[in-house]
Amino acid sequence: MRTIFYIVRKEFRQIFRNKSMLPIIFVMPVIQLLILANAATFEIKNVDFNVLDLDRSPLSFKLASKFEASPYFTRSLTELNSYTAEEEIINGKAKLVIVIPENFEKDLVRDNTAEVQLLINAIDGSAAGIIASYAQNILADFNIEARINMINMYQPEPLPVIGISYRHWFNPELDYITFMVPGIMALLVTLIGLLLSAMSIVKEKEIGTIEQINVTPIRKHELIIGKLIPFFVIALFELAFGLTIGKIVFDIPIVGSIWLIFLFAALYLIVALSVGLIISTFTDTQQQAMFITWFIMVIFILMSGLFTPIQSMPMWAQRITWFNPVAYFIDVMRMVMLKGSDFSDIQRHFVILSVYAVFSTSYAVFRYKKVN
Amino acid sequence: MKKFFGFVIKECLHLLRDWRTMIILVGMPVAQIILFGFAIRNELDSVRIGILDHSRDEVTREITEELLSSGYFILDGYYGSTDEIGAAFRKGRIKEAVVFGNDFSNSLVRENRADIQIITDASEPNMANLALSYTAGIIRNYASSLSEQKQIPLTMNIETKMLYNEELRSVFMFVPGIMALILMLISAMMTSITIAREKELGTLEVLLASPLKPMQIILGKVAPYLILSMVNLALILTVSTSVFGMPIRGSLLLLIAECALFITTALSLGILISAVSNSMQIAMAISLVVLMLPTVLLSGFIFPVENMPWPLQAISHILPAKWFLIIIKNIMLKGTGFAYVWKETAVLAGMTLFLLVVSMKKFKIRL
Repeated sequence: MRTIFYIVRKEFRQIFRNKSMLPIIFVMPVIQLLILANAATFEIKNVDFNVLDLDRSPLSFKLASKFEASPYFTRSLTELNSYTAEEEIINGKAKLVIVIPENFEKDLVRDNTAEVQLLINAIDGSAAGIIASYAQNILADFNIEARINMINMYQPEPLPVIGISYRHWFNPELDYITFMVPGIMALLVTLIGLLLSAMSIVKEKEIGTIEQINVTPIRKHELIIGKLIPFFVIALFELAFGLTIGKIVFDIPIVGSIWLIFLFAALYLIVALSVGLIISTFTDTQQQAMFITWFIMVIFILMSGLFTPIQSMPMWAQRITWFNPVAYFIDVMRMVMLKGSDFSDIQRHFVILSVYAVFSTSYAVFRYKKVN
Repeated sequence: MKKFFGFVIKECLHLLRDWRTMIILVGMPVAQIILFGFAIRNELDSVRIGILDHSRDEVTREITEELLSSGYFILDGYYGSTDEIGAAFRKGRIKEAVVFGNDFSNSLVRENRADIQIITDASEPNMANLALSYTAGIIRNYASSLSEQKQIPLTMNIETKMLYNEELRSVFMFVPGIMALILMLISAMMTSITIAREKELGTLEVLLASPLKPMQIILGKVAPYLILSMVNLALILTVSTSVFGMPIRGSLLLLIAECALFITTALSLGILISAVSNSMQIAMAISLVVLMLPTVLLSGFIFPVENMPWPLQAISHILPAKWFLIIIKNIMLKGTGFAYVWKETAVLAGMTLFLLVVSMKKFKIRL
């Protein structure tokens, strides 16, 4: 026990002696939270649109102003004619162009039916889907209003109507920052834990001090535990710091138990730190270690559901994410912080991650050899 | 000139000799584009839903059937109360629940009105919004199919045309971004590291003492990576068209020329990074922090730039990847010619020139 304590003290001194360490611990999380939370958004608002009005009737003007009044849409300033309509989308000036054909109002009155065309830039497919549904809703409302206004004493004909109401639970405003911040916390903890532990032993190897440690009576597990405890403490501190910022700056809800978050984070860190340690034992230089860590990080993050949902991935890719500890941690952070899930809800995550923890720590201890 | 070519050949051999690095440099981009091309998507697919059906009659069964046969939703199960739905949300079993009101089909026939409530797990806002709009669309279609026979006065028919990507596949959005990311990383990071390495090992001094001019040395170092990046580009384009069905609607020649320009920009960025850093480690750290994160987050690769707050939009303007993405989406998906991308091309060319001039100024000929 005493040996471990001394190693921990040595490690802490070494970490804080390094002047570049403090900004990494204190500045990086703030910057990451501020940039990531604001940049990573699929929110759709102020969509640029334009109207190609070939009818120029009172009704078509009303339709255009109905769109202008919507909070989702902003009209671009160009005056369109039939040649420049698609141009507007190619130029990126508008994402949506509403085409109102000639004789729109006349047709509607005479034939009881008229066409409206929506041209949507669909390169961003999911945004296009939502824009289309917003626009169709506005048009449907407009249609009902027009019907009531144009037919005097319009008696709603006995048509079957299915009324649709909706409620968004846990995040009624569909605020994207609320969604992103718990995931970024997970990223923060991973980044610091993985990088520090990956550099730890390889650094001693590179400088040559590992030989000195190897000739001491320090046992394998003592060294590993002693090396990892400081990173464990720093990473948990990082999480607390991140949560504080999230609460103060973004006012993120923490519905569930904060202890559960830290408990799971501790379990997760055992996995992350041993993965870092394994990298450390596989490499000879800090550069190699850094390169491999980054490579693994990119895969872990892009496959974790942080930016794009896991359920949209094809099945084989979803199976890969079962082996991604980051995916579990992000999931738990979101569940506990936003939905207030309790221990029984995240049992499965706990069990799987415990298995990974046992597996990765024993492999790390096995990989590390005291003889070169 | 002959000396210069000799140097380029030496550098190429240098690169080819290290076959492990070569495999990584050629294999990694292909592996990445395949993995991420498949995995990074945000379209609605197999969302697990729960049904809370107070009526359990013909119509509710039909609507449930419609929802499930759309391919977007998978039934997790029938629930008995809103509390059960809340529990399922907290467990993460379902993302959406559809609640049918009491006596559904009877009230639809008698009172011409019946109510459905859609509850979403909005802790994932984008999914919630998408799921809601798809569900509402399916129900609305069903409702209008009920009244098909009757003539409704004054109906506006809406025709929605999804331009450039009819099936709304998210691959079209993300593959260009992955291309930019990979080309940026390979070109900029590798050049910066290779020059920093010569510095660190002290061999740059030997080279500088040779009759070659410093600029020739740098160009000679960069040339093999230019070739390598072009090979990578060919591989990436082949994979994205054959595996992901990305179209190349515009001119292929123009596309290749624009990619070459972007690669040159990335290479000059790499030269600049190596000029200001003294060790491989610093070069690598700068490349990763300055290139990778902003390219992923702020270039419009995954998240649309126009939704970001203005300070971030301002940063995005100085990222070469942002302009490159506009260009390749224009050429590949919209099929436009040079007339539509000359501004972005000019920006990229200007950046390249600027980077080259600055790195030449910064590059110390004497050590």
